Amino acid sequence: MQWDIVIGLEIHVQLATKTKIFSGSSTAFGAEPNTQASAVDLAMPGTLPVPNEQAFRYAVMFGLAVNAEIGRRSVFDRKNYFYPDLPKGYQTTQLDHPIVGPGYVDIDLADGSTKRVRIHHAHLEEDAGKSLHEDFHGMTGIDLNRAGTPLIEVVTEPDMNSAEEAVAFAKKLHGLVSSLGICDGDMSQGSLRFDVNISLKPKGSNELGTRTETKNLNSFRFMEQAIAHEVERQMDILEDGGRIIQETRLYNGERGESRSMRSKEEANDYRYFPCPDLLPVVIDDDFIEGARKLLPELPDERKARFKEQYGLNDYDARLLSDDARMAAFFEETASHGKDAKLAANWVLGEFSARLNAEDKTVVQAPITGAQLGQLVARIADNTVSSSGAKKVFEALWSGSGDNADAVIEAQGLKQVSDTGALEAMVDEVLAGMPDQVAQYQEEGDPKKQKKMLGGFMGPLMKASKGQGNPKLFNEILVRKLGG
Amino acid sequence: MHNKSVAELSRELESGKISSVELTREFLDRIKAEDKLYNSFITVTEDQALADAKTADEQRAAGKASVWTGVPFAHKDIFCTNGVATTAGSKMLANFVPPYDATVTANFRAAGAVCLGKTNMDEFAMGSSNESSFFGSVTNPWGLSSGDKRVPGGSSGGSAAAIAARLVPAATATDTGGSIRQPAALCGITGLKPTYGRVSRYGMIAFASSLDQGGTMARTAEDNALMLNVMAGFDPKDSTSVDRAVPDYTATLNEPLKGLRVGLPKEYFSDQLSPAMEQQVRNAVKEYEKLGATVKEVSLPHAKLAIAAYYVIAPAEASANLSRFDGVRYGYRCENPQDLNDLYTRTRAEGFGDEVKRRILVGTYALSAGYFDAYYLKAQKVRRLIQQDFINAFKEVDVLMSPVSPSPAFVQGANTNDPVTMYLEDIFTIAVNLAGVPAMSVPAGFVDGLPVGLQIIGNYFEEARLLNAAHQFQQVTDWHQKLPQ
Repeated sequence: MQWDIVIGLEIHVQLATKTKIFSGSSTAFGAEPNTQASAVDLAMPGTLPVPNEQAFRYAVMFGLAVNAEIGRRSVFDRKNYFYPDLPKGYQTTQLDHPIVGPGYVDIDLADGSTKRVRIHHAHLEEDAGKSLHEDFHGMTGIDLNRAGTPLIEVVTEPDMNSAEEAVAFAKKLHGLVSSLGICDGDMSQGSLRFDVNISLKPKGSNELGTRTETKNLNSFRFMEQAIAHEVERQMDILEDGGRIIQETRLYNGERGESRSMRSKEEANDYRYFPCPDLLPVVIDDDFIEGARKLLPELPDERKARFKEQYGLNDYDARLLSDDARMAAFFEETASHGKDAKLAANWVLGEFSARLNAEDKTVVQAPITGAQLGQLVARIADNTVSSSGAKKVFEALWSGSGDNADAVIEAQGLKQVSDTGALEAMVDEVLAGMPDQVAQYQEEGDPKKQKKMLGGFMGPLMKASKGQGNPKLFNEILVRKLGG
Repeated sequence: MHNKSVAELSRELESGKISSVELTREFLDRIKAEDKLYNSFITVTEDQALADAKTADEQRAAGKASVWTGVPFAHKDIFCTNGVATTAGSKMLANFVPPYDATVTANFRAAGAVCLGKTNMDEFAMGSSNESSFFGSVTNPWGLSSGDKRVPGGSSGGSAAAIAARLVPAATATDTGGSIRQPAALCGITGLKPTYGRVSRYGMIAFASSLDQGGTMARTAEDNALMLNVMAGFDPKDSTSVDRAVPDYTATLNEPLKGLRVGLPKEYFSDQLSPAMEQQVRNAVKEYEKLGATVKEVSLPHAKLAIAAYYVIAPAEASANLSRFDGVRYGYRCENPQDLNDLYTRTRAEGFGDEVKRRILVGTYALSAGYFDAYYLKAQKVRRLIQQDFINAFKEVDVLMSPVSPSPAFVQGANTNDPVTMYLEDIFTIAVNLAGVPAMSVPAGFVDGLPVGLQIIGNYFEEARLLNAAHQFQQVTDWHQKLPQ
């Protein structure tokens, strides 16, 4: 049977506020356990939450960026459950009156088409702490530094129909919140976490199948794998005549397998009710307009500008504009690199490949846009060949050199572009290869002739110790052999 | 000195007739000698009090004194005190020493007042008799001559009993459904529950957040005004506190009452009230007529629904508020927990008393899937109707007057097996909390030798009018000056 895949996402986005959503504690990542937990975060008796205005501003900025209605009366609710890293015994969240109402995001697909994914709503809530199960010998350690970090939970409609679409949406959202500056976008530290709701239905059917939720995916790669895995799992069950159980599942990316966490029947009754410690927050026109003024250039606007300003094609412009920091890196590279298209090729080529290979984000890259830009400039002005440039890049990346010129100098990678010197080398090499010269000149097919040029390049590069400008060698060869 | 009011003691200190250290010593000695009988204190902070008194004397000598500098008082053990155990009357917090002050606590500290200790209370403020405290029942100083030990009311029974017994001239208290007014009435003292949002709840251990309000207890209305001057005001740490100017509550105490429009809610003069109690309340109203007030009957048509709505809303909020007591971070933890579930269930089973558990269960039930609409949402609708009743009544009159409790102080143990009768103790006080309006209890006579309180209810933020009305009454009556025995 043919199946339609139906996917909806819930995305937890940690907001990059300096302090927590209901207390003055710092939200910085990586501090010693429990050093960023105040009496409020510890839920000491009598302490009370005070809302962080910046979290509301960020949420409104997000709402404006996804073309959403802003909830004018934003109400907090208590979601009750016991867990050691949930200090109050309830999470303060929003149920019926979220800050961001329905909106949408348009995603670009590989075939060049675009698709609209609707946002159901986005609400503000507090993050929980962390339970640390290792290193405590049968006990659990609790770190409350993260408890109270502001989140927006973005809930989409089930508008995606493949892993590709879901990942495209996830990347777009990642780029959006990073560009807005409301999230640091660092997925390895859990700044964005994805829950994926998946169901299958017979192709063309209007009735949705039973869905499962796979929780807490924190990389695009795991997300793609988890979707593929779950689609296959559901397909196997359905094709064997079984039925899908509505449940929450956990995907283990290392092992490529998933397991049930809890079924719907085992789900908690969260006993939501409006939090009596927090009055409804009224968002007025001034606040919204203030947030609108803070909106930076968004990815779609940036993509249009990259095409216009740098002459990039649609595909490269999108890849470089989706993520704010990738875009900034590219612009820094281009500004030092003299040739924007060449800069784009290097950022999307060598640089991105290296990031992927080492599982790094652009901020973790060991080189700056300026460093790469200087290298690009040297390629553009023929100082270094592209093969030489790869050696320079390697040196910059590994830290054995810190600017392109110095590396070129130290490794003797400077191209010889002195035509007199190059002509002398060509004469010498051709003199030593009379048979090949004769063969070339007898060949009537220009295509085959072009191929035969390669036979002279090797000895030429050797003669020039790899420093001859290949382009110039080529020109001289064609002239000499033809003439 | 121990029979004097805060205002009088402040003048004695200012005149130099007595030092704060001497005054503090006198009250500490009285607590030591007499509190065995009442059990009104959970913690007495003798050393800290004497040190604070010494500082206060130095400040006064340096000419930097406020009205409160060096005046002894006590805090209900629900207000967090930095470095001093704060128990909320519970085994759960018997070992809890907060590393922070409640805003109310900090305000009294800044005013230079000398805290003698922490007063006993019903566990987590849940009770009307002070019999649910982990630290034992409190005995009412009134009615001991009959040979019976009577309850002081609750939940602020320790504060009320300590003031009635002249162990302190004033004490803080809290009121969620009557917990200031009912013990004030049963102990023959004066108490004020301010408008919801007038006094910060930061550091005040929560029972039901939308109803809890910190307030004042002393023998005179004037002393209540002096306390409220210290306690009232917006607090950025409590987002439900109201940003509104705070008047000097003593400034209007002597305004004449001529033309004051008094309403008597007919629903509060029902058959729940004994004829003897009703007579005392009506006598008090007559005094107001003599002072120039006009009196008319008014109606609070939804008053009869107040108890039912309250016993859904308050337990629902409490069920969540008390979830933090889980044995993980502070407070009581059971011995040798086998696993997480065992840690939770035994910690909470052993750490909470019966009344607290009863309310957590009721609240959890009311919020559960399938019951939420019928209980919680319905109760909230009733709450809005009750608020509207008060808003309508205050279009016709300036204040409402009624009894505080249906009967005077009862004998300890009389209602412990009958929670519903106990809950009816608050039948005249609970609607005020649901509406959020301010109300006072003022001593207004005796029945069988036991004090009776008059409740005066005001419109939102009209604490000054209530204090003025109470103060004028106390200029022509001496019920508030009577001594037990």
